[in-house]
Amino acid sequence: MAELLRGIGVSPGSAAGPAYRMSPPPPPPEPAVVVDPDAEVERAVAALNTVAADLTRRAEGVAARAAADVLRAQAMMAQDPELSAAVVAEVRAGASAPVAVDRALAVHREAFLAAGGYLAERVTDLNDIRDRVVAACLGLPPPGIPDPGHPFVLIARDLAPADTAGLDPEQVLALVTEDGGPTSHTAILARAAGLPAVVRCPSAMAVADGVEVTVDGSTGQVAVGVNHDTVIATRVSEQRRRRRLATTRGPGQTADGHPVALYGNIGSAEDVDGELEGVGLFRTELLYLHRTDPPGRDEQVAAYAEVFTALPGRRVIVRTLDAGADKPLPFLTAGVEPNPALGVRGLRLARRRADVLHLQLGAIAQAARDTAAEVWVMAPMVATVAEAAWFAAACRDAGLPTAGAMVEVPAAALRARSLLSVVDFLSIGTNDLSQYTFAADRQCGDLADLLDPAQPALLELISGCAAAGAAAGKPVGVCGEAAADPRIAPVLVGLGVTSLSMAPRAVPEVREALAAHTLADCRRLAAEALWAAGAAPLTVP
Amino acid sequence: MPTRSVTVGATSGLHARPAALFVAAAAAQSVPVTIRTSDKPPVPARSLLSVLALGAKHGAEVTLEADGPTADAALDALATLLARDLDSDDESPDHG
Repeated sequence: MAELLRGIGVSPGSAAGPAYRMSPPPPPPEPAVVVDPDAEVERAVAALNTVAADLTRRAEGVAARAAADVLRAQAMMAQDPELSAAVVAEVRAGASAPVAVDRALAVHREAFLAAGGYLAERVTDLNDIRDRVVAACLGLPPPGIPDPGHPFVLIARDLAPADTAGLDPEQVLALVTEDGGPTSHTAILARAAGLPAVVRCPSAMAVADGVEVTVDGSTGQVAVGVNHDTVIATRVSEQRRRRRLATTRGPGQTADGHPVALYGNIGSAEDVDGELEGVGLFRTELLYLHRTDPPGRDEQVAAYAEVFTALPGRRVIVRTLDAGADKPLPFLTAGVEPNPALGVRGLRLARRRADVLHLQLGAIAQAARDTAAEVWVMAPMVATVAEAAWFAAACRDAGLPTAGAMVEVPAAALRARSLLSVVDFLSIGTNDLSQYTFAADRQCGDLADLLDPAQPALLELISGCAAAGAAAGKPVGVCGEAAADPRIAPVLVGLGVTSLSMAPRAVPEVREALAAHTLADCRRLAAEALWAAGAAPLTVP
Repeated sequence: MPTRSVTVGATSGLHARPAALFVAAAAAQSVPVTIRTSDKPPVPARSLLSVLALGAKHGAEVTLEADGPTADAALDALATLLARDLDSDDESPDHG
């Protein structure tokens, strides 16, 4: 009998397959008294051999030569006779096996760092070997993303951007995390990759490696220990669902033809899907990351023009640089802020370096002139009408006629009507608006229920913005993760939102959800959601 | 003691794949072989960690040294390998 775990479904779709857990790196080895040096030597040597064998096996399963070479080189390092001699010598001198491994590899790490260049970059490989061998000494599973050599459901406590960078979408069937929330990195990554995902799933890490599970990224249900028939049935129905979604086309609209623009959230031209109606959020941070100075005008013009060229005649809403808080930039975010989420971030950076914003607006305007997209710009983290007015004036001076404000701060939502007297449109960033409305950190998994986009207080702020937009005859869109949630999309439309912007892969699911409801249905769902006592579970028929 | 001096032929230097191929070949010899650069003391050729730490670049001169009845044959085999451009070498045993 399968055991049922319940979490929050954050990326729709189902998957079935064996579960494998991502293990954290082992704790730093602590000195311990060694009673039996011979047994300790044996333990250390066995751990080195296990890791070498595991790395060799993985190298054989990798098709790409470069990746296989790295794994093979790592296996040779774990088997290095000098390393094992040093480890044995450390144990004989009284160290425990994990401490001996740590010390022996530290010598090589120093040598690699001293050599610099290519070798300094290989220090990551040495640290990985150390973590693996120490884990093997302690009888723990190998740290990092598991690699069983076949497709699997990845279970983790939580996933950081660094972890997800190494995810192979061919191998990972679905993501299940114990922590995280609807706006966590796991959710955002899963939607971008089209992977079913469940977060806040208690006891998920207790599922043994290799046990067959099914994951429903809509309902948040994870069935553990399912039989083979269930696995097959789940896969067949998921394939059918994907085929059906692949056939949906065209602009977003409700069942009775009320148009709702479905836009993509992108970071660069790479993310542009030719089918997109437009782009509702072009994040420009990518250009600015890992640099000590802002990118020059020509470089910016080229990057923006690349995106605009891919979307001729379509709307592209560019968000100006949104640094600070979780995205610090050395040339802008000087000094340590005690509470960066409430600090100088988004448009507030212009208080310090207005030149960076003026340069960016000039580059966007140039790229817009050179191409055929309909370019709008919007500022992140607007809190007051004065800020919005200043931004709109800066845009018009730069030659950008359509300027908007993002609504991420409750203060902005409460003043939506006044904001729309100085800007041309609003775009609601529900991730930050949730965080600031509920005083709940986006990364704090324990507060995930407060960050549920179905929370009535959030919906009420959205409702106020949409009403202000309707009164002014100006568009009000949503570009946070809520827009990608097929449960919430009809509610947002019912509240009066005119466009939804999301990871391009999420568009078909949302298009289908809207097509299943008339505008009257959406308004009824919205009214129910606004009157709900809490984040009521909403289901899409 | 028999020695061979040879110029590193691999384009990327004695790094990554070329280093791994060289170390694997050294480990297959029946005598222990050492390798050194002009500025670093000799290290065991069968230790990848030590060979990498030499940081020998393309065109650098390295010296191999071994002792024992099969030392000359071992040194010849390894010197030939080192002189080749192992980066563009597609006939290595683990490829194809």
